[in-house]
Amino acid sequence: MAWTRKDLLTMRELDAAEILTLVDTAASLQEIASREIKKVPALRGKTIVNLFYESSTRTRTSFEIAGKWLSADVVNFSISGSSAAKGESFVDTARNIAAMSPDVVVVRHSSAGAATLLARELPCSVVNAGDGAHEHPTQALLDLLTIREKKGHFEGLGVAIVGDIAHSRVARSNIHGMRKLGMTVTVAGPPTLIPPFVQELGCKVAYRLEDAIRDVDVIMMLRLQNERMAGDLIPSLREYARYWGLSLDKLHAHARPDVVIMHPGPVNRGVELSPEVADGPYSVILDQVSRGVAVRMGVLLLLAGSKSAEAA
Amino acid sequence: MSSKPRPRLREKAQVLDDVALDRALTRIAHEILEKNAGSSGLAFVGLRTRGVTLAQRLAARIGRIDGATLPVGTLDITLYRDDLDMRGAPVIRGTDIPFSIKDKTVVLVDDVLFTGRTVRAALDALIDLGRPRMIQLAILVDRGHREVPIRPDFVGKNLPTSRRESVAVRLREHDGEDQVVIQEPEEA
Repeated sequence: MAWTRKDLLTMRELDAAEILTLVDTAASLQEIASREIKKVPALRGKTIVNLFYESSTRTRTSFEIAGKWLSADVVNFSISGSSAAKGESFVDTARNIAAMSPDVVVVRHSSAGAATLLARELPCSVVNAGDGAHEHPTQALLDLLTIREKKGHFEGLGVAIVGDIAHSRVARSNIHGMRKLGMTVTVAGPPTLIPPFVQELGCKVAYRLEDAIRDVDVIMMLRLQNERMAGDLIPSLREYARYWGLSLDKLHAHARPDVVIMHPGPVNRGVELSPEVADGPYSVILDQVSRGVAVRMGVLLLLAGSKSAEAA
Repeated sequence: MSSKPRPRLREKAQVLDDVALDRALTRIAHEILEKNAGSSGLAFVGLRTRGVTLAQRLAARIGRIDGATLPVGTLDITLYRDDLDMRGAPVIRGTDIPFSIKDKTVVLVDDVLFTGRTVRAALDALIDLGRPRMIQLAILVDRGHREVPIRPDFVGKNLPTSRRESVAVRLREHDGEDQVVIQEPEEA
């Protein structure tokens, strides 16, 4: 199906066909990572600006690699040492960058809706690389690509998303994507970290790790987002690790033998995942990271590689 | 291959039927063996979609002639097109060449040779994957109107056409029949 959007802002606004177009495009670009010369000329002469107002290793690096493998010029703009640190507003900074005629701006910001605001203000394509606790669509897409490679399909799969659901943009984007592709999603975590809206999104809720991970095909563990937490939502890290940390023992006792364990990173070892699980045979965490480059190549190509997207 | 809104086409003439198409491929197979003094070091790379099918048929035919099993790969040149942003959103179906082309004699196969721009892009795509010893070009139908200096080594049929006509290659594996037809716009 043809891609017609100018921007990639949320998983919520995409339909199943658009999600599959993104996943399929990414899948066919994966082969480039195994080449001796990792470069194709598709986006030669295009400029991509990474506008990151929040720290990031994986996402920024993989957008940068993705752009470079497609032969685009990639410019990184980070908040420290920029005019934003001197008091310039978000939209003003973005307008100044847009005045230099980039083709795509990739934005990460701590406020929900930041990418949507930019997409309205700027004539170029905008990619949401994480906006507050709202959405992180490219992470959900790379998770979906990883799941399809491990399980062969989407329809009917069961997924447990465990941990700090309330502050997780990864959970939100994944829930939208997975539900549209016919997967069953169970979210689990301490009640203080389960937001009230999840049932409306068609999720089941579990308040014990053991209940959540039984009979699912995929377990996605999340980090506690301490930077977004206001007040005391959990009694202690030790208690959280004890009740919500995934250890090999719990995995063997309650989960299916063919389950795969995912984590969007960064992993807090010994809190949500024990090291044996993070590095063990069930873990596909590093597969997720390598798929991340392919997904971002696919997104950049579909947005910047066609005139119709700009005209739309 | 153009993405401009096309007028409806009507069939003007059949150029090759199944027997003639089969004969042309057999001749090309023999010419490939003759030019390369055998099949050693040969590999086939087809351009999506019908070039791949033709490459498979040529490799099988050469296998029947001299017993060799020759590798066949698939090349998607979308990422190398010079008109990428004049078209709609790109549809990438992926390159799949599960063997090293280094030091091989690669026979590039496509169904129709027209402006030559597709082959130009294919040469770039291929060379990014390694350094073949030689690249040769096999084409089922050469319809002329080159826009870049590209010349095929093996041709099934030279077919003078006008620019407004189009050439449709139909193959059993995709279209249920083997034939080549010339089409022209209906409101002509």
